[in-house]
Amino acid sequence: MEAKTLFDKIWDSHVVKEVEGGPSVLYIDLHLIHEVTSPVAFLGLDKRGLKVLRPEKTVATPDHNVPTIDQHLSIKDEMSRNQVEMLKKNCANHGIVYHGLGSEGHGVVHIIGPEMGLTKPGMTIVCGDSHTSTHGAFGAIAFGIGTSEVEMVFASQCVMQPKPKKMRISVNGELNKGVTAKDVALYVIAQISTSGGTGHFVEFAGTAIESLSMEGRMTLCNMSIECGARGGMIAPDQTTFEYVKGRQFAPKGADWDTALAYWKTLKSDDGAVFDTEYFYDAANIEPMITFGTNPGMGIGISQYVPNSNKLTGSDKLTYEKSLKYMGYDQGEKMIGKKIDYVFVGSCTNGRIEDFRAFAGFVKGKKKADNVTAWIVPGSRAVEKQIIAEGLVEILNAAGFELRQPGCSACLAMNDDKIPEGKYSVSTSNRNFEGRQGPGARTLLASPLTAAAAAVSGRITDPREFL
Amino acid sequence: MSYDKFTTLTSPAVPLPIENIDTDQIIPARFLKAVERKGFGDNLFRDWRYDKSNQPIADFPLNQSKYSGKILVGGKNFGSGSSREHATWAVYDYGFRVVVSSFFADIFQGNALNSGILPVVVSPEFLEKIFATIEVDNNSQFEVDLQNQKFTIKATGESADFTINPYKKHCLANGLDDIDYLVDMKEEIAAFEASPHPSFRGA
Ligand code: SF4
Repeated sequence: MEAKTLFDKIWDSHVVKEVEGGPSVLYIDLHLIHEVTSPVAFLGLDKRGLKVLRPEKTVATPDHNVPTIDQHLSIKDEMSRNQVEMLKKNCANHGIVYHGLGSEGHGVVHIIGPEMGLTKPGMTIVCGDSHTSTHGAFGAIAFGIGTSEVEMVFASQCVMQPKPKKMRISVNGELNKGVTAKDVALYVIAQISTSGGTGHFVEFAGTAIESLSMEGRMTLCNMSIECGARGGMIAPDQTTFEYVKGRQFAPKGADWDTALAYWKTLKSDDGAVFDTEYFYDAANIEPMITFGTNPGMGIGISQYVPNSNKLTGSDKLTYEKSLKYMGYDQGEKMIGKKIDYVFVGSCTNGRIEDFRAFAGFVKGKKKADNVTAWIVPGSRAVEKQIIAEGLVEILNAAGFELRQPGCSACLAMNDDKIPEGKYSVSTSNRNFEGRQGPGARTLLASPLTAAAAAVSGRITDPREFL
Repeated sequence: MSYDKFTTLTSPAVPLPIENIDTDQIIPARFLKAVERKGFGDNLFRDWRYDKSNQPIADFPLNQSKYSGKILVGGKNFGSGSSREHATWAVYDYGFRVVVSSFFADIFQGNALNSGILPVVVSPEFLEKIFATIEVDNNSQFEVDLQNQKFTIKATGESADFTINPYKKHCLANGLDDIDYLVDMKEEIAAFEASPHPSFRGA
């Protein structure tokens, strides 16, 4: 039998039809929706007089627009409120489960799927959101789609997609102290650039990846889109099965056994061929931070802002434009630079493990006076767990407040915006110009590095404290 | 999503020689709150086009009257970042029908085709030629021929072939979208759902 990759196994089993000279019609097992990219799709559906074909395979939550304090009050911004209400109304019309603001199931869409056990190995999962790649951590094919495609899935439970190429990124060895999944992600993107994965679906493999928790794997797969890939995935193993087992929508009883037997077949066969392969040594990865305006502009925290000497033409201009926006000079050391904001949260680092890491670090220390910190759980369930584990007391004692779940300062769409010119050490995924607010300057990092910055008021190597 | 048919287009082009133009630049998140597909063109490249007091920034190409046309030419890795189709709606709504670059982000490219925009990939060298041609004559004409998959610099007669998958080409040329196609597949999809399947499909 032909050796297949993990990706091939799942993809091939979901192809309903190959369109001649065109894309594949791919069946979708789970469609997650949120308020921003769905309204026009619902409108299109209504215009055609269609209903959502499989509402039971569709799950909705509003996350991008929501405030992260006083969620019991109605949303102040009229357009945001309208968008959220529209989602609720559309879900009611089409019989879709809606996890509204303040409800038990509410949270960032990519946090609640795994948490509820909706995300399972072997599935195809889409959402009108590029960070759908997060769910690949379970050994699923999960990718972001545009609104036209959201409408396709509503109408037919299928999307039309050309089959991507396959890439494997192996990271072997043991991760250094203070190095997290986020650092691995930023390291890989810095190596292959923000376009290095374009046209590909990535499988992450190797001993360093296997050693990651599900939370860490989700962080890594979440960021896979930032190297241009359609998505990232990791073969399911014991860590995966243990995480899924017992969750609300996990299979139970005999169904569990059937599922498990199938899930165990989900790995790349020996000899399976990838179009592109990269190998990295975990020992070379240190805590990372970005200094520019795309996620590929990351360096080890002890490094200096790279020089543009080697660049030419528009590469050089683009690089210099980026540094100018950041207010940084070539050759400067990152450590010691003053910062203004710290944001911990998002679908990248808004899970319980991230808050444990942050709280563990700031325990017994104090937030620096020059820092405004937004600590935002990714979901209600995460929020409840933070409280249950007593992390809130630790945070409060160190001068931090816990906010309510939502996308928050990950993107400048709700009230949590970083002011112009300010520096924000952020655990989210994008440092594009204006991503956190017009003129805001984002430094992407792990929750540990964010914690070190929050207590020192400067870019600080978290390893100094470990 | 309905859009006009695309056949051949001859037009001057607007240059944007910047690399890695991401979707947050094409349309910042705060403009994604609309619930209908209209008016996005006003906010295309909003923060590069207007300053804080909403005054046009004079040296941004879209604000320079010497540049016009239905073709946008961008630096490599155009459209990286988010899956927001609002980005391609903004490009379309502003009046562009073709975006040319040496490299596009995947999702942007797919969204463009679904929004009625033709993404044209040319070599880095050819891209430089296009930029240079516009610099010499802002009104220089370019021809985009979908049928023959050819992009021509009229001034010099140089042309580049571009690829597009035949199905998408057919859709664009006829103003069709995938939804009609998929809805017609109803029975095949139902049969697929009923078939014994190795995957544990969401059960
Ligand atoms: S947290 Fe950020 S990246 Fe994740 S879904 Fe929300 S806005 Fe998108």
